[in-house]
Amino acid sequence: MDLMLKRYADTVVLTPMGRIDHSTSEDFKAALAPYMARCARGLDRILLDFVSVEYISSVGLRVLMLASKQAKGQGGSIGVASLQPAVREIFDITRFTMVLDVFPSVREGLARLSPPALAAFDAA
Amino acid sequence: MPPDGRVRVRFWGTRGSIPVAMTSAEVRRKLIAALMHAAGRTLDTPEKATAFLEREVDFAISHTFGGNSSCVQIAAGSNDFVLCDMGSGARVFGNDVLATRGPAGHTFHVFMSHLHWDHIMGFPFFVPAYSVANHVRIYGCHAGLEAAFRGQHAAPFFPVDFSGLSARIEFVRLQPGRDYEIAGLRVRAKLQRHGGDSYGYRFQKDERIVVYSTDAEHKQDDLAEVQGFVEFFRNADLVIFDSQYSLAEATSIKEDWGHSSNIVGLELCQRAHAKRLCLYHHEPLSDDERIGALLAETRRLEEITRGDRRVEILAAYDGMEIAL
Repeated sequence: MDLMLKRYADTVVLTPMGRIDHSTSEDFKAALAPYMARCARGLDRILLDFVSVEYISSVGLRVLMLASKQAKGQGGSIGVASLQPAVREIFDITRFTMVLDVFPSVREGLARLSPPALAAFDAA
Repeated sequence: MPPDGRVRVRFWGTRGSIPVAMTSAEVRRKLIAALMHAAGRTLDTPEKATAFLEREVDFAISHTFGGNSSCVQIAAGSNDFVLCDMGSGARVFGNDVLATRGPAGHTFHVFMSHLHWDHIMGFPFFVPAYSVANHVRIYGCHAGLEAAFRGQHAAPFFPVDFSGLSARIEFVRLQPGRDYEIAGLRVRAKLQRHGGDSYGYRFQKDERIVVYSTDAEHKQDDLAEVQGFVEFFRNADLVIFDSQYSLAEATSIKEDWGHSSNIVGLELCQRAHAKRLCLYHHEPLSDDERIGALLAETRRLEEITRGDRRVEILAAYDGMEIAL
């Protein structure tokens, strides 16, 4: 799975696409891995822009959970933004909204994760 | 035998981990909610009140999901009784047998998922075990099957020693992955991920398939394990599934606690083309309102993720019967 990348100051915005389920979750995990290695205190913050994600299954959510644990363990920050309505419902039903940082939009995610990234986003 | 030849599944205990009882405050909340629903209506006969409760008040207000721990009966054409697990619901089941079929002359086939206390605690209160003319066959895959049952009857846990039970009681060790013909059913056990191991059971009677899969954690990134459960659930008419935790809990603070979620149950049933998913082994902290919400959410998730087949979603309650 290719992740479209945009950088705003110290924050990387990654955009996965399509379905994240049992047939694509390993690809998603592998695509995320190099960015996760740099998601640490004093390095990058990560915001996943889910605007193009149509569906995410339990195994995809588990990838997000593991990424969140890794980020916290490294002193880093990761969030998810711009969920489509159906994906938002999945997050609500699975209670993932209670364990991950979920934002209505990329801008609001950047505002919470990194003021310099927000400034770069607004200036772009 | 059920007169219409259908397989019937009856739930005598549906609560996970430990039995629970509704509190006075919860009863009062239900009554207030029901009375508020009834405001302005004339419910002056039992029939009108019953119809109102059944049709216009949520199940979680008008009923309760109950609080007995695991015990499920499968009636599939044999005069013998078939049960899964001996939680506190087994006490109610045993009393019902006495009341409706008399105290003696019965054979019970009990399939044990595992030996944790909430799954065996009903046995000392299972009155048919105290009658000389009854026969109880207890099946399981654990080496310690008999010792666990004997142990909970020993002092200081219970005043009647196992040797004081009058019924003929046998313990039968099963091998997972092997088909057995028992009480008119084809039965196969499957190893599940749980502390000390647990086993699911797939029961087949002619074309009807019931899967009992409780106290099982599923690691969704273990693709071989997932595929094994998809095959175990394949084309089942009913999957009784441990949905004690939310997915977020099961993958975070309660990871490796040995239980699963409604979401994983639904995904497995969708991939296995199972017809019905029954949420089971309810979290003891959940009140009726919470379990009702869990059911509604799972139905909604099924709706928005449905492919070309629908999975009917149910939430088990003590006393529920499903005809297949």
